[in-house]
Amino acid sequence: MKKLLTAAVLSAALATPALSEPTKAGFIYIGPVGDFGWTAGHDRARKIMQEHFGDAVETTIVENVDYGADAERVMTQMALSGTDVIFAASFGYGPDVNVIAGRFPDVAFQHATGYIQDHPNVSLYDARFYEGRAVLGHIAGKMTETNTIGYIASYPIPAVISGINSAYLHAKAVNPDVQFRIIWTYSWFDPALEADAAETLIEQGADVIMQHTDSTAAIRVAEDAGVMAFGQASDMTQFGPTAHLSAIVDNWAPYYIDRVQAVMDGTWEAQNSWLGFADGIIEMAPWNDRIPAELQAEADALVAAIAGGEYHPFTGPINFQDGTPWLADGEVAPDVDLATMDFYVEGITADLPN
Amino acid sequence: MILGSINPAVLMAALMVAATPLLLAAIGELVVEKSGVLNLGVEGMMIMGAVTGFMIAVNTGSPLVGFVGAALGGMVLALLFAFLTQALMTNHVASGLALTLFGLGLSALLGQKYVGITPPRTPKLDLGPLSDIPFLGRALFSHDIVVYLTIALVAAVWWFLKYSRAGMILRAVGENHDAAHALGYHVKRVRVLAILFGGACAGLGGAYLSLIRVTQWTEGMTVGAGWIALALVVFASWRPWRAMAGAYLFGGIVVLQLNLQAAGVRIPVEYLSMSPYLITILVLVLISSGKARGSLNAPGSLNRPFHASS
Amino acid sequence: MIRLEKRKEPSKFWRIANPFLAVLLTMLAGGIMFAMLGKDPITAIRLIFFDPIFSDTFGSYSRPQLLIKSAPLILIAVGLAIGFKANIWNIGAEGQYIMGALFGAGVALAFFPQPGWYIFPLMIIAGAFGGFLWAMIPAILKTRFNTNEILVSLLLVYVAERILAAMSLGLMRNPDIPGFPGSRDLRRYEAAYNSELIANTGIHWGVVAALIAVIFAYVMMTRHMLGYHVRLAGQAPRAARFGGVTPARLVVVCLGISGALAGLAGMFEVSGPGGQVRIEFASGYGFTAIIVAFLGRLNPVGIVLAGLLLGLTYIGGELGQMMLQLPSASIQVFQGMLLFFLLALDFQTNFRLRLTKGARA
Repeated sequence: MKKLLTAAVLSAALATPALSEPTKAGFIYIGPVGDFGWTAGHDRARKIMQEHFGDAVETTIVENVDYGADAERVMTQMALSGTDVIFAASFGYGPDVNVIAGRFPDVAFQHATGYIQDHPNVSLYDARFYEGRAVLGHIAGKMTETNTIGYIASYPIPAVISGINSAYLHAKAVNPDVQFRIIWTYSWFDPALEADAAETLIEQGADVIMQHTDSTAAIRVAEDAGVMAFGQASDMTQFGPTAHLSAIVDNWAPYYIDRVQAVMDGTWEAQNSWLGFADGIIEMAPWNDRIPAELQAEADALVAAIAGGEYHPFTGPINFQDGTPWLADGEVAPDVDLATMDFYVEGITADLPN
Repeated sequence: MILGSINPAVLMAALMVAATPLLLAAIGELVVEKSGVLNLGVEGMMIMGAVTGFMIAVNTGSPLVGFVGAALGGMVLALLFAFLTQALMTNHVASGLALTLFGLGLSALLGQKYVGITPPRTPKLDLGPLSDIPFLGRALFSHDIVVYLTIALVAAVWWFLKYSRAGMILRAVGENHDAAHALGYHVKRVRVLAILFGGACAGLGGAYLSLIRVTQWTEGMTVGAGWIALALVVFASWRPWRAMAGAYLFGGIVVLQLNLQAAGVRIPVEYLSMSPYLITILVLVLISSGKARGSLNAPGSLNRPFHASS
Repeated sequence: MIRLEKRKEPSKFWRIANPFLAVLLTMLAGGIMFAMLGKDPITAIRLIFFDPIFSDTFGSYSRPQLLIKSAPLILIAVGLAIGFKANIWNIGAEGQYIMGALFGAGVALAFFPQPGWYIFPLMIIAGAFGGFLWAMIPAILKTRFNTNEILVSLLLVYVAERILAAMSLGLMRNPDIPGFPGSRDLRRYEAAYNSELIANTGIHWGVVAALIAVIFAYVMMTRHMLGYHVRLAGQAPRAARFGGVTPARLVVVCLGISGALAGLAGMFEVSGPGGQVRIEFASGYGFTAIIVAFLGRLNPVGIVLAGLLLGLTYIGGELGQMMLQLPSASIQVFQGMLLFFLLALDFQTNFRLRLTKGARA
């Protein structure tokens, strides 16, 4: 307790920005900014935000920060150097963000994809990637000729599992014969392994590859093998101009601009935001020309329906994998079910690990 | 049956490709260790090769020149290691670990402007009618040239160590550097050359990843391949053909588990991925506990510093 | 022609002067690198070496952090150095660190949510035991089958890393939060939390343990029979055998001590600064500690200084990223340079350069 009090006094003395100074925003990343995946997406948004505000905002980044003590130290040093808002752009920072937020009540903390909110100065934000997966599933179901879709997945966590389910449901809706083949790599980034996984899936008949891992290796393999693929987090067209059908592009910029603006205005409050097409946080990369015009129109319409709130990708009837009912006809999945999803839906033949 | 979707010929082909970068790095380290030097910097040299090969291939438009550049890139780091351990007598283990740290950082700095670029393609070798043989054509004769050159390199190293005079000197230096010195061999010169060869091979292995296997450059893209190569050398008990068998076995386990997953078979991936290391330890125990010390085949002077006192 | 000549006695002067010279050379070479990256070299070097300690803004926070970052490195390195002196090469401390963390956390998670003063001491015992056990595998294989301990201990690191991932996703996963990997946060479990002992000093039980280990190692190496045996075995293995040293016992003792200390480091980390068992828990302390052991010339006091110096570059490197936008890769290169210079210059302690005429080395 004493420790907390001292720290609070310390932070009150140091973290209050002078009026004329620019607002300071700090970013901590789990990977390098050059990863062409998750971290690159956040840093792209940071730059857009920086450009938007010009001199009124000063941003700093620290990359390759491990979870735990290192993250705590970096965030504390940011707070000590007068940072007003800290974006911790990885799930694993959760416990650390909340420890530091308790010590610096005047600093705003923004934690991506987390679930712990112990203090009034911790905001959570996440993207509804499953919305984008629905569109990918729809396109994949229509485009596949072998009726087999390959899916390269990282770790069996809710965000990944809900993506698989969403893609499967929407592929199945337009193509009842469609099958999913799923490979778990147990890593977010392992280019060689992802390339091997893509090759394996293609050999087993998949002609559309989806991935929920960070490297661009699978796109290259698909390009060489003459099959189709979807990028991850960024527009990866340049790695496979023919193969790359589209991608879910993470676009955190509108959210970052919004939150930094709130800090500048003094209106910042803790939120728990789960954002999707409607907020411009996820976007579809430009459709590949090989997607027929009418399918492009369908995909556009699906994006518009989800963005407009007329359609939710998890709308019943949907059963659990074993056939027991999950959502009744017309019922929409509650957010908590999606945020903690640890099951496959009916029709996926593989077993979920663990 | 769902397993029917796994094609053994394809499995064989895939494991040869998956094994090639590991085998390249391992065969180099094998020669280094045979000379009595333990270089734990394989990962650092590999990733340096990956980035320098990539940069040079992109700038010259030639993957071949890129591979040469990768070998040089690996050798530059190896030279640093050789200078430290042979001229300045630093500890091998510490120097090797520092080399990995340095290589990972330097490669990331060098490659900053190359993220997101596509390198020139390395064509598959056209083996004509051989590729049309059922099963074997797909399994063995459908690869890029580096896969075959790597096998040729294994054969060359095997021949070199077993039959050539220079190879005999190298083994003598690794077995007992004092005796080798007494016989008039240049212990340090031999070791420096071996270290440089190891660096070149590791660099080639890295470039195989960045130019052929993954065809992109990303920071940290080797993801531990250099460490696996180190384990392979031990698994092989310092014998070239066994290193190849080990690399294919390791690549095979990886490829097989991917295939089983894709086929919908439930397998405990986390536990399966430990198995190569446990098997390697078992092999190590078996060869070490053999009656004659000769069966061990481990270089006697491995990781012992040498300074000629006369 | 220049040749190296072994000194009869290691040079006392160079032993002290070398680290300073190495740091100076690193500043020079690193400064050139930072300038090439378009950053002000003076500011960069000031941020890395001075600001963590002397800056008004960061100093009061960073100084204690130095202890937090360096303590596990020192704790592991002290144990490793004992073995290295005897030519027993445990390079798998990373694996022992992981197993110590898993054993320690395992005890905590088994007792959760009970209170109890005895839980933390039990965790300490379990942590040391976990590391000890993992180090006993290479030790027993070495003594029973003459299997090379360098290779076995290294291979066991990979195995430990995969056990860690499996535990984070399976057995030790926090059951209250479905779907997510990682165990409960031990910092939220009073009885298991390795908290700061004195507020804002950074001193937790791991720091205390590191200090005790350093003193213990120093006394052992200089005053105790075991220390004498270790040194004898390292310098003159044959004489050691005649002198009554049992090689097998020495292998078990040296690997046991270093394994237990690495396990302790892992346990103190997971229950304090690290907070929880998670896939990415191991961040290379076990390997970095090997470098620390050599930078400290295998001497307990030297290891303390080396550990602090390396800790400083980590913390300063973060400041450099934050304040000057240095890429993190440049910090790695900078650290690599520091290590090379420190290792390279040590030759002056034991050798001298001689100019000779045409003689062949």
